[in-house]
Amino acid sequence: MRKWFFILVFLLLPLSAQAVHPDEILKDSGLESRARVISRQLRCLVCQGEDIDESAAPLAGDLRRVVRQRLKAGDTDAEVLKFVQERYGDFVLMNPPVRPGTYILWFLPAVVLLGGVALVLRRADFRKS
Amino acid sequence: MKKNLFPFIAFMGLAALMGLALLKGGNDPAASTSALIGKPAPVFSFQGFSDHDLRAGKTSVVNFFASWCTPCAAEQPVLQEIAALEGVVVYGIAYKDKAEATKAWLEKEGNPFKAVGHDARGLTAIDWGVYGVPETFVVSGGGIVLHRHVGPLTKEIFEKDFLPLLEKKK
Repeated sequence: MRKWFFILVFLLLPLSAQAVHPDEILKDSGLESRARVISRQLRCLVCQGEDIDESAAPLAGDLRRVVRQRLKAGDTDAEVLKFVQERYGDFVLMNPPVRPGTYILWFLPAVVLLGGVALVLRRADFRKS
Repeated sequence: MKKNLFPFIAFMGLAALMGLALLKGGNDPAASTSALIGKPAPVFSFQGFSDHDLRAGKTSVVNFFASWCTPCAAEQPVLQEIAALEGVVVYGIAYKDKAEATKAWLEKEGNPFKAVGHDARGLTAIDWGVYGVPETFVVSGGGIVLHRHVGPLTKEIFEKDFLPLLEKKK
């Protein structure tokens, strides 16, 4: 019984591991949860597949602190994202902004899918007749 | 028979596009571009060195470095070559470094900088959109960011990317 208890504890332990340092966390839980949401939308530029909320890179930590500092200064979520984007460019956003230059990126998959559906339907129609 | 050719052509077209992007591409989508290009250099103020110096009329090169950064030592000769150019001023910003360590390192490696700022917490670096050291920016005499280079400078990069910008304003 005790053995199973410890196995369970050790299995669950990794779930509590996170990059955010205890000393980074804001006292105001409302601001902190906004900071977490924002952090998940910002790319860690050193380890580019990760967002800054999950990254252990020092630069990600610095950016997490900057995000919290801006929130404490009274910025809205959009203002915080803009603050970082103005310095690091569109690439820092995990979701690239929708504008004419990125239309292909955003809408091509849907176009291809619809095209595929149309093709399949036409084929089915063709076979029937 | 003719109809069956469409998927093949579509596939080849796609493969060619992807292949081209792969071949031409830097492997890093963000390297050596910057959100700051064409914009005024960020405001900062260190002891003896502030953004005012970058707006003082001379083309400047701003180099983020650290004594703990090995590639930074490798690019020192190139920075010294830039500093020797007429009408160009080279500034350094020491990134997350101890002031004494920076000083000792500059004495050992040579000091191409007119002035050095100590960005102990790396916050000025964030204003510049810096990923890590070394990084080097070219700033016009009016304080507009013209170019950013990520990683150590080499003679080739200096001649290809920097020299044209630096000579324009001579």
